[in-house]
Amino acid sequence: MIWMEMDTWIVLVGVTCAIACALPGCFLVLRKMSMMGDAISHAVLPGLALAFLITGSRSSLPMFIGAAVVGLLTAVFTQWVSQFGNVDRGAAMGIVFTILFALGLILIVQSAEKVDLDASCVLLGNIEWTPQDLMNIGPLEIPRALVVLASVMLLNLLVILFFFKELRIAAFDPELATTTGFNAQVMHYLLMIMVAVTTVASFEAVGSIIVIAMLVVPPCCAWMMTDRLGVMLFLSAVFGALSAVLGHMAAIVVPPWFGFDDSASTSGMMATVAGLLFMMVWIFDPRRGLLGKKVGKYILNRSA
Amino acid sequence: MSVPTHPPSVPLAIDDLTVAYNEKPVLWDIDLDIPEGKLVGIVGPNGAGKSTLIKACLDLVPRASGRVMVYGESYKKQRGKVGYVPQRESVDWDFPVSALDVVAMGTYGKIGWCKPVGRKYKKLAMESLDRVGLADFAHRQISQLSGGQQQRVFLARALAQDAQLYFMDEPFAAVDAATERAIVTLLHELKDQGKTCLVVHHDLATVNEYFDWVILLNMRVVKAGPTDEVFTAEYLKSTYGGTLSALSKVGDALKQTKGAIK
Repeated sequence: MIWMEMDTWIVLVGVTCAIACALPGCFLVLRKMSMMGDAISHAVLPGLALAFLITGSRSSLPMFIGAAVVGLLTAVFTQWVSQFGNVDRGAAMGIVFTILFALGLILIVQSAEKVDLDASCVLLGNIEWTPQDLMNIGPLEIPRALVVLASVMLLNLLVILFFFKELRIAAFDPELATTTGFNAQVMHYLLMIMVAVTTVASFEAVGSIIVIAMLVVPPCCAWMMTDRLGVMLFLSAVFGALSAVLGHMAAIVVPPWFGFDDSASTSGMMATVAGLLFMMVWIFDPRRGLLGKKVGKYILNRSA
Repeated sequence: MSVPTHPPSVPLAIDDLTVAYNEKPVLWDIDLDIPEGKLVGIVGPNGAGKSTLIKACLDLVPRASGRVMVYGESYKKQRGKVGYVPQRESVDWDFPVSALDVVAMGTYGKIGWCKPVGRKYKKLAMESLDRVGLADFAHRQISQLSGGQQQRVFLARALAQDAQLYFMDEPFAAVDAATERAIVTLLHELKDQGKTCLVVHHDLATVNEYFDWVILLNMRVVKAGPTDEVFTAEYLKSTYGGTLSALSKVGDALKQTKGAIK
């Protein structure tokens, strides 16, 4: 395996992205709304398109704001549809995000052929190209994506540290949270803002599959291994980071095994590795894993 | 129309409360004044709006009309004086928290935004767990507790809220005998401290034994008042209607009642 400076940057982008997603992802998974990330990552498209149409440039900030606003609106509309339309949250999500996604596609196709947006870019992003787009931080030249994602990661970490007890009570028992003065609805939208911002920031670098994978899979691995929320958050970050590192290595190493010359998509491999890690935990976890439980029983019987 | 005034000594006063889901009324024109220091049972058939009554008092469901006053003020101003024990099935017991964590949630309101749970409140939570006999289980993940123990964790959380007025939604549902006794003891402790408890209750056979006061509810308040005046065959029949199973239940309950009186 030939490792270049570029590879280090790619892995760092992947790791920060994975951690940024995994942290709010824990609360999504615990609140049984894992697919909210999926919905938001698709629904942001009209936000991106509108920002482009209004400003006429592909500069990041307006795009970012447009996407984040639409991302949050997805959460608001979902709430409305499920409340007033009397349909369950999953269906409401489906209604809202498909409409917004379609609207975004129409806007882009109709108005701007100049925008290079193809399916593979939306799905897998272009993490391999992130080291080409550098910006100066003091004396250092750092990929722009890394700066953005690291900021989002820190922001998520701070929000969760600051509102840990509020997020916990609102996720566990929203009614009690509301009656004791921590409005569960407010906490819901705080979480949705976090998810929307994270999704949009990650989207450009790594594409939508990886955002959804990192929001859901590392928290699920972590939840199987612990029954403490703090530990779950920490472990989900570890699993996310591990998926990024192993995913990039796999993208370089694995294709030649099958006779391909090129390396595979790092984003795709990250999601794949995350899935494999989940299977490993599922099988080998000493307390709840398929095999782990059997081995534990065996040891117990021997010692008894 | 004159708005009746309520002295601040009345723990809970409800005027003209109507609640509707999708334009179908669930509670209709409820008027209640609950006296202080009583154990009040809320009794009625399935779908009578018992849980909704509690949730409407706690601002958890929107009210179509009416007013709820807690110690003479709106609920929003009196949050700190109100404790809530929701139905056990309302939460996910696989959530990664320990029994102590859950009980400590009762103190969050007093701690306020963004501050961690300090030592003082952890101690309070531990004492509350001890009062329901679960101090040894403090660090267990909550799915590793039995149903009765889970219910007691919820009660300990309400104790940690240190309220004056408690709303409890079916605390006796599907619990073991030990837990049932523990809850009754606890209710009497609360009563002795002058606290008021409104308890949604399903088991007609024990109403007489457990409660000083009863609200018979079936969308409207059929009758509310001291148990020996209200918990009679006549009022129970008009609460439960004419269905056979309900009537036999009423019969059983009244037999029990007579036994209790002897």
